[in-house]
Amino acid sequence: MKAVEVRDVGMTYQSANGEIHALENINFTVSEGEFVCIVGPSGCGKSTLLSLISGLLTPTSGNIFLQGEKITGPSRKTGYMLQKDHLFEWRTILKNILLGVEIQKALTPEIKEKAIMFLETYGLFEFRNKYPDQLSGGMRQRAALIRTLVTDPQILLLDEAFSALDYQTRLAVSDDIYAIIKKEKKTAILVTHDIAEAISMADRVLVMSHRPGTIKNIYDILLTCHDHTPMHSREAPEFRHYFHEIWKELDIHV
Amino acid sequence: MSDNTLKISSSVAQEKFISEEHTRYLSQLKREKMTIRFTQLLILLLIFGLWEILAQTRIIDPFITSQPSRMIQTIENLYEQGVLFQHIGITCLETIIGFLLGTILGVLIAIALWWSNFLAKVSEPYLVVLNSLPKIALGPVFIVWIGAGPVAIIVMTLAISLIVTILEVLNGFMGIDKEKIKLVQIFGGSKSQVLTKVLLPASFPNIINALKVNVGLSWVGVIVGEFLVSKAGLGYLIVYGGQVFKLDLVMTSVVILGIAATIMYQGVIYFERFVLRKSGLI
Repeated sequence: MKAVEVRDVGMTYQSANGEIHALENINFTVSEGEFVCIVGPSGCGKSTLLSLISGLLTPTSGNIFLQGEKITGPSRKTGYMLQKDHLFEWRTILKNILLGVEIQKALTPEIKEKAIMFLETYGLFEFRNKYPDQLSGGMRQRAALIRTLVTDPQILLLDEAFSALDYQTRLAVSDDIYAIIKKEKKTAILVTHDIAEAISMADRVLVMSHRPGTIKNIYDILLTCHDHTPMHSREAPEFRHYFHEIWKELDIHV
Repeated sequence: MSDNTLKISSSVAQEKFISEEHTRYLSQLKREKMTIRFTQLLILLLIFGLWEILAQTRIIDPFITSQPSRMIQTIENLYEQGVLFQHIGITCLETIIGFLLGTILGVLIAIALWWSNFLAKVSEPYLVVLNSLPKIALGPVFIVWIGAGPVAIIVMTLAISLIVTILEVLNGFMGIDKEKIKLVQIFGGSKSQVLTKVLLPASFPNIINALKVNVGLSWVGVIVGEFLVSKAGLGYLIVYGGQVFKLDLVMTSVVILGIAATIMYQGVIYFERFVLRKSGLI
C-alpha cells in the first residue's frame, strides 16, 4: 500500500499584491517504510508541500491521500517535525513529549508508560524532569522526535529538521534520528536544502524546481555500502556521483 | 542581588566540599550585601533626622514642610480618632479592586482581540485614541454618570490601567513564535488549546509585567479619583490637608501611601515567584 500519494497537487497563495503560484502539478508516491528526501532551491515550496501533506494547508487543486484516505485536516497518521525543536521551556521533558497526546486528549497511563519507555530507549530518561534549557541541542532534537513518536504516527514529516543545529551536532543527530525512524519502522519525508544530507539518508530524492515548484526529477539512491547509516553512506563511492547530478539539477546561481 | 547569593549558597550546600577560596568569596558577597543594606538604612535615617533637626531649629518652617515628630503625632491622632485604618483601608480596597478588575478584564479583552482578528482590526483605532487620551480627563464624566463615590474612583482606576494591560498582554501574544502555535495545530489542537497550552504560559512574563505596571497605575487612578470626589481615603486626606494647610496630614498620608504601594508591588513579585515555583521553574 502507498503511505502517501500526491496527485496533481497545485497550491496558490493569495495576497494583496497578487497571486503566488507556490506549487504546480506535483505527483509522487511514497511507499510504506520508505525514506524520501525533497530538495530544492529556497522558496520553491518544499515546506508548503509538507504542510499540505500534514493537512495544515489545503491544496488549491489536486488531492493527497494517506494510506488511501483523502486528507481533510491534521491527521494522526502524520507526525510533523519542525526546524527547531520548539520544546516548551515551561514544561519538563516528560511533559513536553506528552504534549501531542495531551492535545489529542489521548493521554492514558499506558501512553505515559510508552513515553517513558521511549525516553529510556533513547537515553533521555534521567532528563525526564529537567527543563529543555538543561539539554544539549542534539538531545532536544531527540526529545522533539520522541514527542512526535508518542502520538504514534505512521508517516513522519521532517521540515529541515536538522538545519538549526551546528554542523557536527547535525551529522550526529541525523544519524541518531535516522536510526530511530528505521527502528520504529516509520515512513519518512524529509525536506532539506542540504544535498549531502538528502543522499545520505534517503531511499529516493525528489528534486524540485524554482517557483512554481514542480518535481524536476526523482533519484533512486542505491549506495554500495554494507551499513546504510547517514554517516557511512557519505563514504559510498556513488555518493559523489549523486551529489554532482543533483547539484546540476538544482541549477543554483549566485 | 539577594537572589544570586541565595542560589550560590544553595548550590554549594549540595556539594560536599567547599574550598577556602569559595568560603572567602561567599563571606565577601555577604559583607557587600550588608554594606548596601546599611547604607540604604543610613540614608533614610539621615533624611528624616536632618528633616527633624532643621525643623526643630527652625531653619526650615515645619508649618510648610512638616517634620517627622509631627507626622508621628498625626498618625497617633488619626489612630485615636479611630479613622487611621479606615482611611488606609478604603484607599487600599479601591486600589486592589481597581487593580484586579483592570488586570482580569484587560487579559480577557486581550484574549478576545487575539481570538477574533475582525474584532482586533475594528477596535485598533479606538484603542489608539483611548491609549493616547489622558484618562484623568474622564474623571468629571464618571462623577456625573456614576456619582461621587467609591465606584467612580474604581472606574477611574480601571480607565487608567485597562488599556495598558490590553496592549501589553496582546503584544505578548503577538510576540510568541508562530511555529510554537503551528506545533499545537499539527497535533490537531483547537484554538482554545493554542490559548491554554502556548499563549498563556508563554506570555506569563508579559502578564506579570502588566501587573507590575498596573500596581503603579492603580494607585494613580485611586488617588486622582479621591482628589476629585471622595470623603475618605489617603487621597482625600492629602487634598483636605492641602486645602486647610495641614502639611502634617499631607506628608503623613504621602508616606503611608508610599509604604502601601511598595507592599502591593512586593505582593506582585511574591505572586510571580509563587507561580514560577509552583510550575517548578525556579
